[in-house]
Order: sequence, then structure tokens, then C-alpha cells
Amino acid sequence: MIEIGLNHYMVLSAVLFSIGLYGVLSRRNAVGVLMSVELLLNSVNIALIAIGRYVGEAGATGQVFALFVITVAAAEASVALALLIAIYRDRGGVDVESATALQG
Amino acid sequence: MPPSTDFGLTLSFYALATVTVVSALMVVSLRNIFHAGLFLVLAFIGVAGIYLTLNAAFLAAVQVLVYGGAIAVLMLFAIFLTRNAMTEGNLSGRFQAPAMVAALLIGVLFSYAFLMANWASGKGAAEYLPPEQVADALFNQFVFPFELASIMLLVAMIGAIVLARPPGRETEDA
Repeated sequence: MIEIGLNHYMVLSAVLFSIGLYGVLSRRNAVGVLMSVELLLNSVNIALIAIGRYVGEAGATGQVFALFVITVAAAEASVALALLIAIYRDRGGVDVESATALQG
Repeated sequence: MPPSTDFGLTLSFYALATVTVVSALMVVSLRNIFHAGLFLVLAFIGVAGIYLTLNAAFLAAVQVLVYGGAIAVLMLFAIFLTRNAMTEGNLSGRFQAPAMVAALLIGVLFSYAFLMANWASGKGAAEYLPPEQVADALFNQFVFPFELASIMLLVAMIGAIVLARPPGRETEDA
């Protein structure tokens, strides 16, 4: 039985990140894009905590960084939801392809 | 707190990683956005379990509270408030293949870079890190970012209220 080490967690993090990236690029529903962004942030947290545990001297730095990422994710989710509601009210839908007002 | 045997750790890691990755795939591929939201909650819980295998008990609790509770509820509210979108699914055709290629490329590149990286030391802190130590680091070494984070949360909260306010209210008040 192979022992679980840093590499396992880093590959899991990379896999989760690519799944989230695919979701961000391919979802047309803005709520789906938002969910995929949360997946991206989670994958980064896994990497931070794994590196904090396996690399360097013992300490809580990795976990504290992950805490800050969670805080930012909470703020991002609330602002994004407010933007979604504003877009929905303006256009009657949350299709990201319809929100092209800033397109040059 | 730490898993008693290596076998238990290996088993739980693979089980949790499978749950997380499969539900993440469901999140990005299901056509029904509401079902995708429910799988997102499952993915969050799986990641919390991964934190437990990393001996980060406090982070696991925070993950369940903030992601599994608050952000999941926020997502479901977003789905309900934008109701006509529930039937719409993924992009069809145009961006599907490039997105797949980009995601695969990034995944392979990241995995390769992580596996090839020369991490400073192999076996660092393998023992259980008590939450007291996290609090100690948070409130001593990182106290300034901690205060900034609270300001950021306040700004985000006010910004969300301003953005989500019904249109026309400004003219009413003025």
C-alpha cells in the first residue's frame, strides 16, 4: 500500500482545479460559473494546507492562508450573487453570453 | 485525532478524493443547475474530509460551516432568484471543446509541475496541529491581515446590498 504524501494532495488539487476551470469556461449559466469558481478556490485551499503540513518546519501558516482564502471566497460569493440579481433584473436571465454590454 | 494506521489514511484519502472529484465533475456537467448545486455541497463536504486527513480539524469545521452552510445556501438562493435559468445547462458546441482542452492542459501541466518540484523538505510536520496553534498564528503573526479581512467583509457586505437594491430606489429617496 502506497503511503499518502504531498504528491497525492497536489495531484488531487490539480485535478479539482482543472475541473473547476472547465466549468468556468463552459458553463453558460452565471450561477454555474460561480459554483465552478468555488471549486477552484477549494482546490487552492487543499494545496495550501498540504504544503503547510508537508513542507518546511511545523506551523500553522498554510492553514491561516487557507482561512483567508475562505474569507475572500465568502465575500466574492456575496458580491457575485448581488451582481447576478442585478443582471437578472436588467436582462431577465443570467446567460453569460447575453451580458455583452462591455464588449468593444 | 490522527488516523491510527497508514492503511486507514490511504483508504480514507482515496474514498474522499473519489467523492470530491466525482461530485465536482457532476457540478460542471449536469444540465440541471439545481442538481449541480447539490453536488457542489457534496464536493465541499468531501474537501472537508480531505482537510481532516491532513490533520487540519479546525479548517475542516470551518469548511463545513462556511462552504457547506453559508456559501451553499447562497448558491441555492442564487438559483431560486434567477428561476428561468434552471433549465439552461452547459454551453453547447462552440466553447465546449476548447474549454475541455484548456482544462486538460492546465491539469496535466500543474500535476507535472507539482510532481517535478523540488520541495524543500520531505517530511515536515506529520503530527496533529491543534487549533490553538492556528489561533496563535492568526492573532499574533497574521493579526494585520486578519483585521483587513474584517474590513473587506464589511465592504463586500455593503457593496452587495447596494448592488442588489431594486432599481429606482435612488430616485425615490432623492
